[in-house]
Amino acid sequence: MEKIKLTIDGMAITADRGKTILEAALDNGIYIPHLCHHQDLAPAAVCRVCLVEVEGRGHTISCRTPVEEGLTISTESDHLNKIRRIPVELIFANHDTDCIACTRNNNCQLQRVASYLGLERDSMDRMRMGNIEKPIDTSNPFFDRNPNRCIYCGICIRTCDEIQNINAIDFASRGYKMTVSTFGDNPIADSRCESCGECVVRCPVGALSPKTTMEPSRSVKSVCTYCGVGCGVELGVRGNSVVSVEGDRDNAVNHGSLCVKGRYGFEFINHRERIRKPLIKKNGKFEESTWDEALDLVAKKFREYGKEKVAVFSSAKCSNEDNYVIQKFTRAVLGTNSIDHCARL
Amino acid sequence: MNSSAGKAGKGGKVVKLKINFDEITIKANQDWKELQSAKKPVILVGTATCGRSAGSLETLEALRHEIKLAGIDCEVIEVGCIGLCYAEPIVCITKPSQPVVCYGDINPAKAKDLVDNYIIGDDPVAAYALGTLGDGSINGIPRLVDTDVFKPQVRRVLKRCGSIDPTNLNHYIATDGYKGMNKALGMDSKGMIEEIKKSGLRGRGGAGFPTWKKWQFCNDAPGEQKYLICNADEGDPGAFMNRSLLEGDPHALVEGMIIAGKAIGATKGYIYCRAEYPLALERLDMAIEQAHSHGFMGKDIMGSGFSFDLKIKEGAGAFVCGEETALIASIEGERGMPRPRPPFPAISGLWGKPTIINNVDTLASVSLIFQNSAEWFAEYGSKDSKGTKNFALVGKVKRTGLVEVPLGITIREMIYGIGGGILNDKEFKAVQTGGPSGGCIPASLIDTPVDYDSLAQVGSIMGSGGMVVMDEDNCMVDVARYFLDFTQKESCGKCVPCRLGTKQMLDILDDITQGRGKPEDIDLLEEIGFSVKRGSLCGLGQTAPNPVLSTIRYFRNEYESHIVHKKCESKVCRDLISYSIDQEKCTGCRLCYSACPTNAITGDKKKPHSIIQYECIRCGMCLEKCPPKFNAVQCIPGQIITERS
Amino acid sequence: MLAIGTNTTKAHPVIALQLKAASRNGTRLIVANPKEIVLSRHAEIVMQQKPGTDVVLLMAMMKVIVDENLQDQQFINERTENFDEFKKSLNTFGIEYAEKITGVPGETIIEAARTFATTKPASIFYAMGITQHSHGTDNVIAVSNLALLTGNIGKPGTGVNPLRGQNNVQGACDMGALPNVYTGYQRVDNPDVKKKFETAWGVELNGKNGLTHTEIFDDAYNGKIKAIYMVGENPILSEANAHHVREAIEKLGFFVAQDIFMTETSILADVILPGASFAEKDGTVTNTERRVQRMHRAIKPVGDSKPDWWIAAEIAKRMGGKGFEYAGAEEIFSEITSLTPSYQGISYGRLEHGGLQWPCPTTEHPGTPILHTEKFPREGGKGKFMPLVYRESAELADKDYPLILTTDRSLYHYHTSTMTRKVEGLELLDSEELLIINPEDAGKYGISSGDMVVITSRRGDVRSKAKVSGECPPGVISMTFHFAETPTNDITNPALDPVAKIPETKVSAVKIRKVV
Repeated sequence: MEKIKLTIDGMAITADRGKTILEAALDNGIYIPHLCHHQDLAPAAVCRVCLVEVEGRGHTISCRTPVEEGLTISTESDHLNKIRRIPVELIFANHDTDCIACTRNNNCQLQRVASYLGLERDSMDRMRMGNIEKPIDTSNPFFDRNPNRCIYCGICIRTCDEIQNINAIDFASRGYKMTVSTFGDNPIADSRCESCGECVVRCPVGALSPKTTMEPSRSVKSVCTYCGVGCGVELGVRGNSVVSVEGDRDNAVNHGSLCVKGRYGFEFINHRERIRKPLIKKNGKFEESTWDEALDLVAKKFREYGKEKVAVFSSAKCSNEDNYVIQKFTRAVLGTNSIDHCARL
Repeated sequence: MNSSAGKAGKGGKVVKLKINFDEITIKANQDWKELQSAKKPVILVGTATCGRSAGSLETLEALRHEIKLAGIDCEVIEVGCIGLCYAEPIVCITKPSQPVVCYGDINPAKAKDLVDNYIIGDDPVAAYALGTLGDGSINGIPRLVDTDVFKPQVRRVLKRCGSIDPTNLNHYIATDGYKGMNKALGMDSKGMIEEIKKSGLRGRGGAGFPTWKKWQFCNDAPGEQKYLICNADEGDPGAFMNRSLLEGDPHALVEGMIIAGKAIGATKGYIYCRAEYPLALERLDMAIEQAHSHGFMGKDIMGSGFSFDLKIKEGAGAFVCGEETALIASIEGERGMPRPRPPFPAISGLWGKPTIINNVDTLASVSLIFQNSAEWFAEYGSKDSKGTKNFALVGKVKRTGLVEVPLGITIREMIYGIGGGILNDKEFKAVQTGGPSGGCIPASLIDTPVDYDSLAQVGSIMGSGGMVVMDEDNCMVDVARYFLDFTQKESCGKCVPCRLGTKQMLDILDDITQGRGKPEDIDLLEEIGFSVKRGSLCGLGQTAPNPVLSTIRYFRNEYESHIVHKKCESKVCRDLISYSIDQEKCTGCRLCYSACPTNAITGDKKKPHSIIQYECIRCGMCLEKCPPKFNAVQCIPGQIITERS
Repeated sequence: MLAIGTNTTKAHPVIALQLKAASRNGTRLIVANPKEIVLSRHAEIVMQQKPGTDVVLLMAMMKVIVDENLQDQQFINERTENFDEFKKSLNTFGIEYAEKITGVPGETIIEAARTFATTKPASIFYAMGITQHSHGTDNVIAVSNLALLTGNIGKPGTGVNPLRGQNNVQGACDMGALPNVYTGYQRVDNPDVKKKFETAWGVELNGKNGLTHTEIFDDAYNGKIKAIYMVGENPILSEANAHHVREAIEKLGFFVAQDIFMTETSILADVILPGASFAEKDGTVTNTERRVQRMHRAIKPVGDSKPDWWIAAEIAKRMGGKGFEYAGAEEIFSEITSLTPSYQGISYGRLEHGGLQWPCPTTEHPGTPILHTEKFPREGGKGKFMPLVYRESAELADKDYPLILTTDRSLYHYHTSTMTRKVEGLELLDSEELLIINPEDAGKYGISSGDMVVITSRRGDVRSKAKVSGECPPGVISMTFHFAETPTNDITNPALDPVAKIPETKVSAVKIRKVV
């Protein structure tokens, strides 16, 4: 990849050809305020806060302008702040600012931009407040859509289009009345949405928020347990419970993408109906037993029937190690090759 | 017929081309001459949309009826708009060996008079006449070109509007039509672009970008497939230049597009026109079909090897779709939202291919340049703004209409010359040029020349040619609010400054005009306006604050008066005026008393009445009802505060 | 790309993302599926063949390719054998014949053939829509013939890609959870292999192939099998002709089920052993592209549950088995790699940095993303063209059973839904079986969306709500098997493919009536 040399705020940096000024800056640890940019998506250039000054060109939208050899860029000036401060103040004038009640509190791009620009209550109060009591769409079992926190960056729409190719949502209506809408403005649950949650993950503010929002205390890498694609997951754990699943961006299979089952189908792990103890049927009813009692019973019965009378089903849901031990047991102990699993179903 | 001629072989190509076009021209001229030198009277009725809304279809019907009753052999032709909106419906009558007489305000009754007196009889009814067309004059009817309306005008683009049958291709051809195309087919791109460069033509759509430069970019852009788009999405409130031209002379655009297509190497063109222009669309459809059947369009035009096709794309009337990239998105079937530039459409436009978008007037001017010459075109105009330009002159002038003037004419000449001055001889206050994206120019700058650069200098733009004249009764804060209300509603919503900024500014203006303004609001408007202009993604947002910023610049006192004194001096903003009854003059006739919808008027019969201010909604009914002989009710700027007891 | 017999957006959503993205970026996509699926929207050419006619469709495409000389002759000459024999077998698959059998317009087949043959590289994706047939092996051979014919094997962007259903179905096969092979497909009837494992495990081993899935139930039914140890399966919902499975299990002397939940099957067990879920285990799984990946234990096993390997090892030890004293999953994995050439170079340490695709014979080997780049794993190393004839599905629509039932899956549920129906949100999004029926058929039977319908085959009947939709062509209805309330596999056809022993769940003749 060809390297381009440029200067940002007096620092000489290099970037791959094709990168935008914003990407080059972020890659080099220089923050330029931005709201509608997302690394996985094509630039939209709609929030207009990522303005920078390019020598010889004046103010320029950095998320859309590719780097060029020898560009001299400054990310900070009174002139820039004068232009980009207003859009942010305007967003706040139309935003439910009850941040404590928001799932994105402290992890919010809007908060970050506001603090970068030094916005204060007073300066926001000079604006006329917009309507922040629009109805919230709670129809999806996994996430809510709150238009009062929406900044109309279009990241959800672009995700659904560019990454998922589903196009369940798009902008509807014009100007100030513009909304993010499903076809016919139906609740999201009655739309084409497949609940993959990719938009929820990318929402830079709290407009799309998962319904269960327990913050995990640690995260563990594993592999999704559903289909054969083998997506990498990061299980969010709190105590002895799995409370969230996120796609593993480092995984070569899915690069962070997940489907609805992978992302939201984890409730079964700590489900109350999990079998917690060995069960032995006595007089037609299951009774809890100890491992020793159950295992001894099984071993005794298998021994009684002997070779060729016992068959084994292993599981395509179990690990390689499980399957290996089960087939080894079948062959080495039961003395039969009658082992199979549901590969054909 | 011509496409098969083109296939005849390389050898005969040039000869064939000449023969074909000449043949067509000869036939067209015959047709045209026959009409001119007819032994029977010819009646032209302006039935463009403007005429129709003034009742020209009824007039037409009446004329036909009367002629039939009288049993006279007479030709009645529907034509486009001649530009005299204030005098619609307009009828022109030609009698053998007489000059054409143009009549205004012809309702069905007057139509009967005309038939009785001039078609049957020989009295040209001078009382109804506006003037004669052409050189001759009769019976004291002046030549139209000598009248104040026409004298400052140079009608070139509009020359056929109102004088030819727009549905008859022969009329167009006989008046130099398709001569430009015929010339262009024998030229190469370089020569054609050079010709446009020499003419000094600048885009008639708004910003005035040199047309040749745009073409050159597109011509230089790599790619096999290129597109030409005509932006006929006229969206400014009060503007109708394009509509009139499309209705009155559709071939002027079609020809211009063929020429432009040839110059930039586009084989496919689109006309993006709003669906609210049904007549224009119908005329365009017909013109395209006629061009096809005469071999002016399609494969291998007139054996030149150049192929070109036109498609009409109807827009749904979104103002933002007049913005080039939004227009492209709309043609592609996407939501009409602008796309960031670069890339510019000339490099990557429709479906990612190099695309030129020109305005209707621009392309019609292209036809003219090729029908005549670059030098001829540049005869008129100022140093950097060549040629003539159409304007829709509307608002508080005596004579509204569609006018064509050489660039460089002053605002004064337009308003007081062509427009005949301010309606009811009131005080001229300001003129808004360039529609909602433009600015207000105050009376003090009335001698500003109308050209791209002079208008920009005073904080406005040429735009597509809207010119709204305002007088002392217009409140400039209200005017700014009106235009902003429009752009705010028409903002596509894509980028933050435009979506929220225009709304915020409108909210502030609403507050100011309703008496809730705060002293710091003027600065805040300027601050937001600055950010919206600089920060917005497309031309709509980048110009939306102009009406506000220019009115603040020239009429700051009106803003202050609204905010500080809660007064609307022009007596427009309802919340900042009051009505009162002069106790001396009031006779207690009770007319106002019974008209008041809120029972805000008290007083005994035959005794002076008075208004309870806190009940008054300032509807003005009392003023309207008060007989002029008493003239007791007055409207005054400012609020009269009285406490509810 | 050709996607045949796979409803990818539902069954393999994340792979579907990649297919859709490729199509958006200009890759030409051909979809062949009896149903109109979501992926069809992204395709350039869509073929809706009648269920069970894939061989005809593919062979007809290949005849077009050969007739028009569009095959990759160089590849055929250098890397394959038996082309001439195969070419002869194409003769019966003329375009009119194909149109008649498959119901796909002849021109579409021709267009698809030309597109596939002339666009390089090209790859083929298939899933259960190809395999779950009484002639599933023929279908797979047809797919492989097409890849050989067009030289689309062993190069980037080519290949035959079966999309595997379960997260570790590849791994279970790799590990020898099959009646005929040990790990890494080492045959049990090969004396050398037998010897190797006897040495490693220190026991004498059985050299005779065991029974397959369906055969085990048959033998249980016949009384030859007396006890079954079943880990993580729910055949009462998943197996074709599930009635038969239930009866077979009921005849057993002893039935042990090992699972994380009580299921329709485990409830029949004499002993239930609580296994641990994936989140509670260390270990590895192998995905559909042979990528071995590491699972890390996130939480300790819920309740008293135990990893499945631990349970099997405990039973083994109590039966006197030697060599089952494992300290943990990693130790087992080392034993696997020592006995399995294709896994030899893989270790937990290496997997920490991302998965590895087998074959990975040495600790330096980077893994093998593409198979058969130079030779095929056959004697002589050449790919063999296999002549084919069309064999009809075991059941065709007839007077008594006029409709064809095919099975499909929902995006929101997984297999027998043992896990997904425990997730409240998924249950809300998709809570009951919906029989998909074409408006034309629905009209014939007076069925509207939401009506209850009884579906009857020669094996029994089930009830389901109907959804009238053009997704299914006339004459074909489709159901999932996610819902115990509507055990679709009670009525599907257990007719087996003679080689792969896979049941024909994709084609069953049925009749329907509305419940009034």
